[in-house]
Amino acid sequence: MWQFLHKYGSPKIFYFTAGRWFRWLALPSLCFLLIGLVGGLAFVPEDYYQGEGFRIIYIHAPSAFLAMGIYSMMAISAVIFLVWRIKVAAMWICASAPIGAWFSFLALFTGAIWGKPMWGTWWIWDARLTSALILFFLYLGFIALQSAITDRQVGDKASAILVLIGVVNLPIIHYSVIWWNTLHQGPTISRLQKPAMDPSMVYPLYGMIIGLFLFYFCIAMLRIRCEILKREGRSRWVEDLVREKMARYRL
Amino acid sequence: MALYKLFHYELLTAKRSLHECLYPIMVFGLIVTLFPLSVSTDPKTLSMIAPGVVWVGVLLACLLSMDRLFREDWESGFLDRMLLSSQSLSVLILIKLLAHWVVLGLPLILVAPLLGLFLHLTYQAELALVVSLLLGTPILMLIGAMGVALTLGLRNQGLLLMILVIPFFIPVLIFGSSAVGSANQQLSVTGQYGFLAGLLLLSLCFVPWTIAGILRIGVAN
Repeated sequence: MWQFLHKYGSPKIFYFTAGRWFRWLALPSLCFLLIGLVGGLAFVPEDYYQGEGFRIIYIHAPSAFLAMGIYSMMAISAVIFLVWRIKVAAMWICASAPIGAWFSFLALFTGAIWGKPMWGTWWIWDARLTSALILFFLYLGFIALQSAITDRQVGDKASAILVLIGVVNLPIIHYSVIWWNTLHQGPTISRLQKPAMDPSMVYPLYGMIIGLFLFYFCIAMLRIRCEILKREGRSRWVEDLVREKMARYRL
Repeated sequence: MALYKLFHYELLTAKRSLHECLYPIMVFGLIVTLFPLSVSTDPKTLSMIAPGVVWVGVLLACLLSMDRLFREDWESGFLDRMLLSSQSLSVLILIKLLAHWVVLGLPLILVAPLLGLFLHLTYQAELALVVSLLLGTPILMLIGAMGVALTLGLRNQGLLLMILVIPFFIPVLIFGSSAVGSANQQLSVTGQYGFLAGLLLLSLCFVPWTIAGILRIGVAN
């Protein structure tokens, strides 16, 4: 366990491992996304209540799922970083944050598009929508703090702590928003009774969720490689690497 | 003894720059004034939006007053002395925040019912406003202090502080304004008080300790 952590905790080794993982994960991610998208958009029968419009669920639900999943991944990395001081974990947080922000934006955006024909409005202040919006703002705040601190070492610790503060607060915010919503009023536009999903409709959804998770790992691996190169730019192995690449491409 | 001295010192510095302590109150008054001018002067409408308006005003005034919390100590080197002190850092921070609340939070709470009167709040609602502010403003200050510690010495500290901290203020705002709103409609408000008290205890337990951790990292240096 310790040896494993220390081995992969070294930026140099992780740089090459990340490259390998990217190559292994890229193809499965593409396959799952293809299965999910083609299955969901073309083959699944249309919904009785919502017609063709329901197909946006194959983008919307997985993005919302990812937005939360990525935040929890960041929280786990923050604990690993603060407890064992493993630099790669901090870089993983840096690499994940913009992806998470994009996915929560995508969830809100597709939700609005879905809401217009189904609920008759782009936006309602429903508990779930509101907490998704707050999650989006948390991501943005995190990115803002990270870009404001110029000292990398300090910035890593501060942003790891901010992620943890966010994790403690997210459930409180979520439940207070639910409580606020139920206190004030029921949803003005009643949501359609959600019929239990048919298996043929669910499988493409699973495909999308797995595919997008793998996609997140791929992109995060690419971003973390850039991050490692940026931070370790002065070290010997990066110099060697650059020299080798330059020789290969005859620059 | 050292704790009492710190408290006394904080109050003394506040007394020496008394006009600065009045800024948050002015901001609060101005924010509240904007709403009748922009929404409507109808007493019914005003009394309906009053809980939210007063609470948002307090929230922003608190946030703006947080700016100077650690700034002067950091510039004068007093913060380093606190870090090196044999006293527990989190307790020192708690004392500092207590003084900050006495100097800047309490006046806001005293002014709030007056502004509530301008917005046609009922008597019960005024009472609920004071109680919910007494429970809520310490939470706002504790969470705000966490943001201040994270952004100390950064460029654009004020704006960054707002971006970081406002999402965490949401639960306090919800329970605080809904307490006032419920009291305005003669409903029971014990539930909201309970939640606010719970949040206060939770933040009292964890926040000073977190702030101490953040200050030790030394974002400021």
